[in-house]
Amino acid sequence: MKAMIKVTLKNGVLDPQGKAIMGSLGSLGFDGYDNVRQGKYFELDIEAFSKDEAKARATDMCEQLLANTVIENYEIEIV
Amino acid sequence: MKTAIIQFPGLNRESDMIMALENVSGAKTQTVWHTQTSLPDTDLVVIPGGFSYGDYLRCGAIAARSPIMKAIVEHANKGGKVLGVCNGFQILVETGMLRGALMRNANLKFVCKQVTLSVENDSTFFTSKMNTGDQVTCPVAHHDGNYYVDDETLKRLEGDGQIVFRYANGTNPNGSMNDIAGICNAKGNVIGMMPHPENMIEALHGKTDCRPLFESIAA
Repeated sequence: MKAMIKVTLKNGVLDPQGKAIMGSLGSLGFDGYDNVRQGKYFELDIEAFSKDEAKARATDMCEQLLANTVIENYEIEIV
Repeated sequence: MKTAIIQFPGLNRESDMIMALENVSGAKTQTVWHTQTSLPDTDLVVIPGGFSYGDYLRCGAIAARSPIMKAIVEHANKGGKVLGVCNGFQILVETGMLRGALMRNANLKFVCKQVTLSVENDSTFFTSKMNTGDQVTCPVAHHDGNYYVDDETLKRLEGDGQIVFRYANGTNPNGSMNDIAGICNAKGNVIGMMPHPENMIEALHGKTDCRPLFESIAA
């Protein structure tokens, strides 16, 4: 099974990189957008008997390493 | 004081730290490789600065999950002293031994310059030879020193005297909340700071402002 994991900054945590990217989009002439936030994406193959088991193991991985839960949230999709 | 210096791949400030600890603190140092699972008999553990694992994932994240860290957590839980400087501070927050997180500098730039630090708590093992309110010049060199913590924890840190150093006189180089440059845990035996006091102790450094910090360790 494949785990697809999105790690994003929590609401309220300032994202200076997102801000810089937003400015750069503006200088390219884009408009009509707001609130650019930068995040991380992980993909990994997990050996598991069920989607639930895979998700539980991916959750452990997020809690212990992939996300810093002081500042980041994570979302897991198993396919 | 018996002191263990932890060496991770990618750290590069260990020699300066050892010089400061041996020459100013009079410490006996021993270098410990990150794959070891136990510490030698030691009073103080120091994690110096650098770029462990190339700052992959998040600064300090990989080092914080190294085999030696379990022994360091146990050492701290038993009341042993721990000091983390720069990447060492980032590693300590990644283990959860210190609260909060160190994020990318607000101006997105790597900062390498001198700042003014104000001592906010003179009762720790690293500040006992100074007085609260004292100001010293100290270099910083980092890309991710922007201290962040949730409001509730921030209030507790402020109320409990866990802020050890603050950037003073408008020299906050990274956007840190409340100008925080260094903090300690609730017991005060674990200290982390972004600036590099080991590089402000000799005439050749330009100033010797940070000698009292290392003299505190000897006390």
